[in-house]
Amino acid sequence: MDWELFWSSLWPIVRGGLLGTIPLSIASFALGLVIALLVALARISGIRPLSAIARFYVSVIRGTPLLVQLFVIFYGLPSVGLLIEPWPSAVIAFSLNVGGYAAEVIRAAILSVPKGQWEAGHTIGMSSTTTLRRIILPQAARVSVPPLSNTFISLVKDTSLASLILVTELFREAEKIAAFSQQFLLLYMEAALVYWVFCLVLSTAQSRIEKRLDRYVAH
Amino acid sequence: MSPTDPPIGPPHVSPAGASAVPSSPRDLLLEVAGLSKSFGDHEVLQSIDFTLERGKVLVLIGPSGSGKTTVLRSLNGLEQPDGGTISVDDGALALDFSKPISKGQRLALRDRSAMVFQHYNLFPHLTVLENITEGPRIVQKRPRAEVEAEGIALLGRVGLAEKRDAYPFELSGGQQQRVGIVRALALRPELLLFDEPTSSLDPELVGDVLTVMKELADEGWTMVVVTHELVFARQVADEVLFLDGGVIVERGAPEQVFTAPTQERTKQFLNRLLFPL
Repeated sequence: MDWELFWSSLWPIVRGGLLGTIPLSIASFALGLVIALLVALARISGIRPLSAIARFYVSVIRGTPLLVQLFVIFYGLPSVGLLIEPWPSAVIAFSLNVGGYAAEVIRAAILSVPKGQWEAGHTIGMSSTTTLRRIILPQAARVSVPPLSNTFISLVKDTSLASLILVTELFREAEKIAAFSQQFLLLYMEAALVYWVFCLVLSTAQSRIEKRLDRYVAH
Repeated sequence: MSPTDPPIGPPHVSPAGASAVPSSPRDLLLEVAGLSKSFGDHEVLQSIDFTLERGKVLVLIGPSGSGKTTVLRSLNGLEQPDGGTISVDDGALALDFSKPISKGQRLALRDRSAMVFQHYNLFPHLTVLENITEGPRIVQKRPRAEVEAEGIALLGRVGLAEKRDAYPFELSGGQQQRVGIVRALALRPELLLFDEPTSSLDPELVGDVLTVMKELADEGWTMVVVTHELVFARQVADEVLFLDGGVIVERGAPEQVFTAPTQERTKQFLNRLLFPL
């Protein structure tokens, strides 16, 4: 094994992770959560057209491959005159994707909060919006953290697809060095190793957050 | 209430307990007439009428499904009747449910009262003190320091001062329900509503909650209580309504309803409660 190549390529790959993969994941996840919350509320709203649109969106996102969504936005839209740069294309595709999956998680979490909590909020004089914000969502957050953490970890790995639309991130750095050195196995294994370390860190963070949110629950 | 206790009492009673505010001979807080509600074909309430004077305690009894909880929830705007009227403060606020009710009217009705639930419905993600101050702080926009001081004082009165920073799951059912009562009191309502407040409690914890409720009644709070606790009802109620099948079958002073019921259905119900076997 070419250890020299391994060590000399480690920093470029890690840097691709720190400057590409991580910011891309965080931006897409943050935007995706906003989309997801709006879609979840649309589905719960009971307003027919709204909830139908939301259901359609979730169905399309979950029923089509992420790679296809990414290609439609980056390679497809230019043919109707919509030219979007690689980075924004990736953020749009990933956040729409997260939105579709996380919407169902958030919807289920909101519905899991007992009806009595809504009534208690109303009875102390809160509007439905205030009750949602101060009473329901904090409780729903606790329920949805484990599945949403999994969504985030999947997203970190899925951002490797962005290398196919020319975004400079972890995997694209590895590919470039691999193409140049012809050491495919070494470089791809190295990329895998870096992804794995990233995800280990995230899992640790996940269990810390879960512990923190569990402080008001009987064990 | 000792002289050192904070001045937190029912709105019309002065802190010293003296009747500084003269009450008119007929100081009507609540007037309910012809209240009705259906779920589909099922009529849960048919023409419910009653009045409640300030400082009095009304107890609703009856079998499950009799409509007593629906009456209580209607008074707090959690349930919307299909017909009838609810009038508060000698008509200062009047809701006619045969017409569409505006959101503002419903909120105004809710502002007058505070509810204590059978299953406590405390906010599990907030501490005891946060549970109590949430409404006054967020909805009534009162200053945090004032609201917290009042909350701590109220907690002291129900014997839970040291639990202010606990989460609800750390409390027994009886303690949770006392917090539920304090949460209602902290809103400074004119009317306290209790929906079977002791029905989820272990028998040995019921007394703590009933004691607090009795003290509130003695202080002059106006209360509507749905309960199966007949001894409590007899001691505390000024009037008892027996509901069955969505109608008021019998009403009167507790001695009359409990010792000399005139209706067959009332007798059967009381017998079942007193002699379940």
